[in-house]
Amino acid sequence: MATYHCTLGGERHNFADLRTLLAAASAPKSGDALAGLAAESAKVRMAARFALADLPLKTFLEDLVVPYEDDEVTRLIVDTHDRAAFAPVSSLTVGGFRDWLLSEAADAAALAALAPGLTPEMVAAVSKLMRNQDLIGVARKCRIVTAFRTTLGLDGRLATRLQPNHPADDTRGIAASTLDGLLYGVGDAVIGINPATDNVANAVALMEMLDALRQEYRIPTQTCVLTHVTNCIEIMNRGAPVDLVFQSVAGTQAANVGFGVDLAVLREAYDAARALNRGTVGHNAMYFETGQGSALSSGTHHGVDQQTVETRAYAVARAFEPLLVNTVVGFIGPEYLYDGKQIIRAGLEDHFCGKLLGLPMGCDVCYTNHAEADQDDMDDLMTLLTTAGCTFLIAVPGSDDVMLNYQSLSFHDILYLRSLLGVRPAPEFEAWLAEMGVTGSGARAPAPLEARFVRQLVDGRVA
Amino acid sequence: MSRRDDERALGERALGEHALGERALGKGALPEKTPTGGARPALADPWAVLRTLTPARIGLGRTGNAIPMRAVLEFQYAHALARDAVHDALDTAALCRGLAPLPTIQVASSAPDRATYLRRPDLGRTLAPESHAALADLPPAEIAIVVADGLSATGVQAHAAALVHACAAELAGFSLAPVVVATQGRVALGDAIASRLGAALCVMIVGERPGLTVSDSLGIYLTFGPRPGRQDSERNCISNIHPNGGLTAGQAARKLGWLAREALRRQISGVALKDDMPAALAAEPGTPLLSPP
Repeated sequence: MATYHCTLGGERHNFADLRTLLAAASAPKSGDALAGLAAESAKVRMAARFALADLPLKTFLEDLVVPYEDDEVTRLIVDTHDRAAFAPVSSLTVGGFRDWLLSEAADAAALAALAPGLTPEMVAAVSKLMRNQDLIGVARKCRIVTAFRTTLGLDGRLATRLQPNHPADDTRGIAASTLDGLLYGVGDAVIGINPATDNVANAVALMEMLDALRQEYRIPTQTCVLTHVTNCIEIMNRGAPVDLVFQSVAGTQAANVGFGVDLAVLREAYDAARALNRGTVGHNAMYFETGQGSALSSGTHHGVDQQTVETRAYAVARAFEPLLVNTVVGFIGPEYLYDGKQIIRAGLEDHFCGKLLGLPMGCDVCYTNHAEADQDDMDDLMTLLTTAGCTFLIAVPGSDDVMLNYQSLSFHDILYLRSLLGVRPAPEFEAWLAEMGVTGSGARAPAPLEARFVRQLVDGRVA
Repeated sequence: MSRRDDERALGERALGEHALGERALGKGALPEKTPTGGARPALADPWAVLRTLTPARIGLGRTGNAIPMRAVLEFQYAHALARDAVHDALDTAALCRGLAPLPTIQVASSAPDRATYLRRPDLGRTLAPESHAALADLPPAEIAIVVADGLSATGVQAHAAALVHACAAELAGFSLAPVVVATQGRVALGDAIASRLGAALCVMIVGERPGLTVSDSLGIYLTFGPRPGRQDSERNCISNIHPNGGLTAGQAARKLGWLAREALRRQISGVALKDDMPAALAAEPGTPLLSPP
């Protein structure tokens, strides 16, 4: 195994292996400190960045941060690498790659063609050399379009997941939150519930309620109950209305085992969802969530820094042509991302890395109450991500998820972004909003939708 | 169900763990349905009705694209309470007075302060070296009850003493070690403490991660054969213990009593010990039994 080094200010810095170099070059994160992987000083971090900038990109095809024999995610990355797509940048160093990404040569078409030629480790490496404005500027150039009943990722659009969670999975309570979000024009990426009780019977009840709502109001969107993928396979076998199959995924085989999944079960779910053929304008039927720190939290990070492991999770996601992928950036906790600065940096990294690898990347702009963060930090991150062309954001009533006990964005925040940055919902959903009397800007009108929906809720005919 | 509510991660989010529990919004909170053909209620403010269906912040209204002032302040106030719950220091002396006449011992984890505690969960799971002596040379006991601040000192300060008294009454047939009060403690700190006490069963009472709705919730983690290195899957958890629609201390203690007896009888805890206590046994005393247990 090669050793990596750099002489800086007359001092020689050695890095034992590629994992060590990547970890030392990373922006400061409490999780890397917890894992004992962070650079021991700011100077060492800079030495690592100089060394990384001079490293040939093709090093990542030879020196694997998690061994091929030990890990099916590594095997997936190596076995599906497209050398022809990689060719245009194959002679570049990581630093040279950063400069190329920022150049005019790297336009949407060039970036799309390059994506299959990039490995997660290359993408994570270059992100460590990029300032926030670089992460925003390059991500903005990526164009990744996916579709099911709505078309996502088009230029000038921002989609949203409506997350109407309820602490007791009460279907009418969920319907009330859903109506609230729809009236703010939220929900074109997915109406997606995290169930409080994760079992098949409960998930089916929630799915049937959402599907009935969607059909009754002819809402051009997709619904999802974020139950475990093995539950979802059983539910599909029973014939319940599954639009999207959800699963949390991570960047190592062992971390995925911790989530109770492997590539084979994801493949089984992917095949089953595609066979249902429920999409109208497209057939991307998978939805994945990821988050920095999830591998470390289960002790399955193989000594790799959390941002690099996170990016490896995107290799898992892209194998299944997802409609949606989002990082839950501030959710995992302050032992991984300590404060607003770390959460904002990680959100921009995750979005950039996902986009460069060709994923329809979104973000749950969020924090927990034991993190050093507040809604002001979320204001910053959502504005930056929308500027970066983020595919979708998650929103809950009043920013307060009353089931998962953390804070995300509010429906109002989405109005702010649309107004400030001119981003519109998916075209199919936008047309429906106009038809329903909820104007393009999401102004709350006494629309026919509201009157009828409220009446049904009060009468108990919904759900 | 085995879990650790103070240390939720992505997988638990996906699995839909919840902290408020079924009782937070009982069916009784639903408005009465309009009888078929009967007079419908006037819907001057339909959102007043919808708000009874969920604790979510729905129907806030808007000013321009923003949330109106009052709702912004209420949100920030809730966040302030949650932040204080995380950062306030536990007044251990006051807690020990509340625990009297039960004997108590005070210890600390290896995390020296709150900022370190939040960054280094590993330190919150080990005992500070200077606390070892406090746990030495005690007579053997079957059950060790440990109370730790966890992520809500507010919740522990307010409700832990009553919960411990209820649990001690429920466990009256067993020999109990002195109640250990621990600061900067995570769930697994109980393993380090109870194994030093030679207890067969650890009952760890800890402040849960605060939410905006409830910032003073407690959780109980039951571990048979406690020793450092126990996995979360080897614990049984009773979460969501608080006065704002959560489990009452009495309900939680009865559930604990049942689990403790089963754990000691079957010599196991965690996923292998299913929480299948008959529902009627969990009810408040005096509640009529609709069906025999």
